[in-house]
Amino acid sequence: MLKAIGLRSVDELFAPIPAEYRLSRDLKVPRQMAESEIVDYFRQRSRENGEGYTSFLGAGAYSHYRPVIIDSLISRGEFLTAYTPYQAEISQGTLQSIFEFQTMICELTGMEVANASMYDGSTAAAEAVMMAVRLTSRRSVVVARSLHPEYREVLATYATHQGMPLSVAGFGDDGRVNLKELEKSITAETAAVLIQSPNFFGTIEDVAVIAEVAHKHGAMLVVSIAEAVSLGIVEPPREADIIAMEAQSFGVPIGFGGPYCGVIATREKFVRQMPGRLVGQTVDRQGKRGFVLTLATREQHIRREKATSNICTNQALVALMVNIFMTVYGKVGLRELAKQNLSKAAYAAGQFAKQGKVLFAGAPRFNEFVLQTKEDPYAMNTRLLGHKVVGGLPLKKFYPELGNAALWCCTELTTRNSIDTAVGLVGDREGLAPSTKEEAGVEEVAR
Amino acid sequence: MKDRIRKATRHVNQNEGLIFEKSSPGKAAWKLPPLDVPEADPSKLLGSSARKDLGNMPEVSEIEIIRHFTRLSTWNYAIDLGMYPLGSCTMKYNPRVNEAVARVEGIANGHPYQPEKISQGALQILKTLSECLIEITGMNAITLQPAAGAHGEMTGLLMVRAYHQSQGNARKKILIPDSAHGTNPATAAMVNYAVENLKSDSRGMVDIGALEAQMSEDVAALMLTNPNTLGVFEQDIHKIADILHAKGGLLYMDGANMNALVGKVRPGDFGVDVMHLNLHKTFSTPHGGGGPGSGPVAIKKILEPFLPTPVVVAKADGTLGFDYNRPQSVGRVRAFYGNFGMFVRALAYIQANGPDGLRQTTEDAVLNANYIRKGLEGAYDLPYSTPTMHEVVFSDRLQAKKGVRTMDIAKRLIDYGFHPYTTAFPLIIPGALMIEPTESESKEEMDLFIDAMKSIAEEVEEDPQTVLDAPHSTRVSRLDETAAARKPVLRWKPA
Repeated sequence: MLKAIGLRSVDELFAPIPAEYRLSRDLKVPRQMAESEIVDYFRQRSRENGEGYTSFLGAGAYSHYRPVIIDSLISRGEFLTAYTPYQAEISQGTLQSIFEFQTMICELTGMEVANASMYDGSTAAAEAVMMAVRLTSRRSVVVARSLHPEYREVLATYATHQGMPLSVAGFGDDGRVNLKELEKSITAETAAVLIQSPNFFGTIEDVAVIAEVAHKHGAMLVVSIAEAVSLGIVEPPREADIIAMEAQSFGVPIGFGGPYCGVIATREKFVRQMPGRLVGQTVDRQGKRGFVLTLATREQHIRREKATSNICTNQALVALMVNIFMTVYGKVGLRELAKQNLSKAAYAAGQFAKQGKVLFAGAPRFNEFVLQTKEDPYAMNTRLLGHKVVGGLPLKKFYPELGNAALWCCTELTTRNSIDTAVGLVGDREGLAPSTKEEAGVEEVAR
Repeated sequence: MKDRIRKATRHVNQNEGLIFEKSSPGKAAWKLPPLDVPEADPSKLLGSSARKDLGNMPEVSEIEIIRHFTRLSTWNYAIDLGMYPLGSCTMKYNPRVNEAVARVEGIANGHPYQPEKISQGALQILKTLSECLIEITGMNAITLQPAAGAHGEMTGLLMVRAYHQSQGNARKKILIPDSAHGTNPATAAMVNYAVENLKSDSRGMVDIGALEAQMSEDVAALMLTNPNTLGVFEQDIHKIADILHAKGGLLYMDGANMNALVGKVRPGDFGVDVMHLNLHKTFSTPHGGGGPGSGPVAIKKILEPFLPTPVVVAKADGTLGFDYNRPQSVGRVRAFYGNFGMFVRALAYIQANGPDGLRQTTEDAVLNANYIRKGLEGAYDLPYSTPTMHEVVFSDRLQAKKGVRTMDIAKRLIDYGFHPYTTAFPLIIPGALMIEPTESESKEEMDLFIDAMKSIAEEVEEDPQTVLDAPHSTRVSRLDETAAARKPVLRWKPA
């Protein structure tokens, strides 16, 4: 090949790079490894990463069963190793599957249009809020304190340089948005109210009432859904103007936090301000049905600095996992799956209530609940780890006002036996005096 | 189809409707274990929030689902089927060992909030990959949090802004060459910077005179792709960095084209202050039909205080943990720690290559691009004769005389069994054909590609209509995109 190009050595190809910058040594990265060594390396890391523990963690990352056909289908090279479907004639597989994905997300959320995916639930929420800002020509945003705290942090980052003032509305004794506080926070400049339902505590918000408050003041309601399985049995927030979802629960591995699958769904009339890719149906020259990426004039490769967002690559393969999951469970299965989640969490909350205090009992919840104990939750989790149990997420870091509280989650994978065991372990200390251990020290171990 | 088409031939593939069109009540592909706790009554527990109906969600059997998606898959082109010469997209082979290790139990199922004590495996992966990427880029620190390249750009510019703010003036604008990716200006707007275009000179490089004239203390940074989107290395890179630094500006590098540099030259050594990488380009994680990506941002020391939270740190007892206490941080750009599954794959790629393999990869990628350039010179117009790195950009000037444009040639390439190259980009070349073979292609596959391109050039002379009507061999012919945008149908509805 060198001869064909008329060169003597590969080095000549790099002549355009000024010599003083060329690297004359080996990179200091691990030496070349055989496939067997690579597999061994990651098996070892896996053993150091919570293998074999029973977990009660949720909080935006949920453990649900993943039907095996998801991985067999997404491992097909035609899905795995294809690019973004710009060349529609040889991308109909990806395009049709996204069209089906958009349809099912609409069916489940009660919205009219859904996009092809966003990075995750947190960035989808931030982008949905920015969309509301464009649609209302207003700038400020009211955020529920019961929105996932990391979603709130992401929104704060996005908002900083958009000149979008944020205010926070707290929650009441039932764990729902405090309506009085909400009403007080909304002004004539409020573009959007952003809430989550089921919210970070697992509590289902009264979306209709919140929508009424927001709409009365000309603001849009953006609802974030972090636990997609809830849609099988919980009425979707139909009164919302924009829904920003995290679809990880639908067949996506927890995978230490990513990659996940955000989605934005909304009303048809707002579609031209929606960020992200959209697939639309059309016909070819013979009138045959086909699918294309459409409404690209919203996007960065056409509009550059005037685009609705800078998003380019999204989460197509993860959206395909979600699509297959939704297809497998379908109309009846999703409901039954959600009912099992509801039942397990209701049982667990009932059992834990005998040992500690389950907060926010006044409102319905899905598959998570907040347990307040005498014992410090970090100390408790350290104790539970000794029994190969990962307890609920301590909430002190995010909600110090709740004291010794932790967020527990049960899904269809949580067995009654493991619930009973955890209840017993928690109960071991609840009869005793409040923990006097220095918290900072304990946190260091258990965080 | 003509005899000259060697790589591909027609074969039967299956028709398949939308999944909703196969649905009928009673079919199911799921099974749940018997409930081992009392069954909850939704209307009692949820009251008015209880959902009554799931609308038009499908009901289908498992074999129908397998066939549905398998049939759809056969309608896609993919790297696994052949060369995918999209310029600036770096469509290289996606090693299967990466997929295997990403699915190991504790890696696929680790929870982001599980205690650090039982997260040492994941933390070790984050740390090792970070160290490798810092070394490869020649930078000082990194964040892995951004979910894709454009998200990395935003994160990088947030740090640029925070840095300038800490110096007392956030500054007003970002300079962006006219050859840049569309994400660059869109990102600058998201971080509330004005965009100022910078023109290219006759070599396709940054015009140094223009840069000097436009550089001022209002400029926060220059966003530069290097090699640029013409596949040309910015030879005056040190001058560019000096001009920026002299007025307190920073040099941002879009790392989309890092596949031309790994192991041969390090951006940190030629004056770059902040850059993003695309793990789904340079580091072989799959594109998956449009994601997931991963866009780590590597930085120089001066930007370190502004990294997104959290940052992985070694603790006093020798274990690893997350540091959230970073008062100058730009904040979070994503929940949790980024697209962890992509980190696993990228690290496996680095391990499979090692220092020698990474260098060889770059050499092969540049050699391949130059081989294609040589093979197609004459048949297609080469607007810039500047040396080519990992990709080469031709124009359709010769074919346009017959009314055939770059998109037509691209569509005809489909009939020859190849995915098209990148069309009509970069914008500075009218009718661009942007070709990046990557290191993955053998000489045999590239010879087929060169033959196909030359054959199309001949067809343009002899029978331009064949090219204009292409593709001829696909399931669907050219689709009506105008109609799709005018009256959008974005979901299926029952008849």
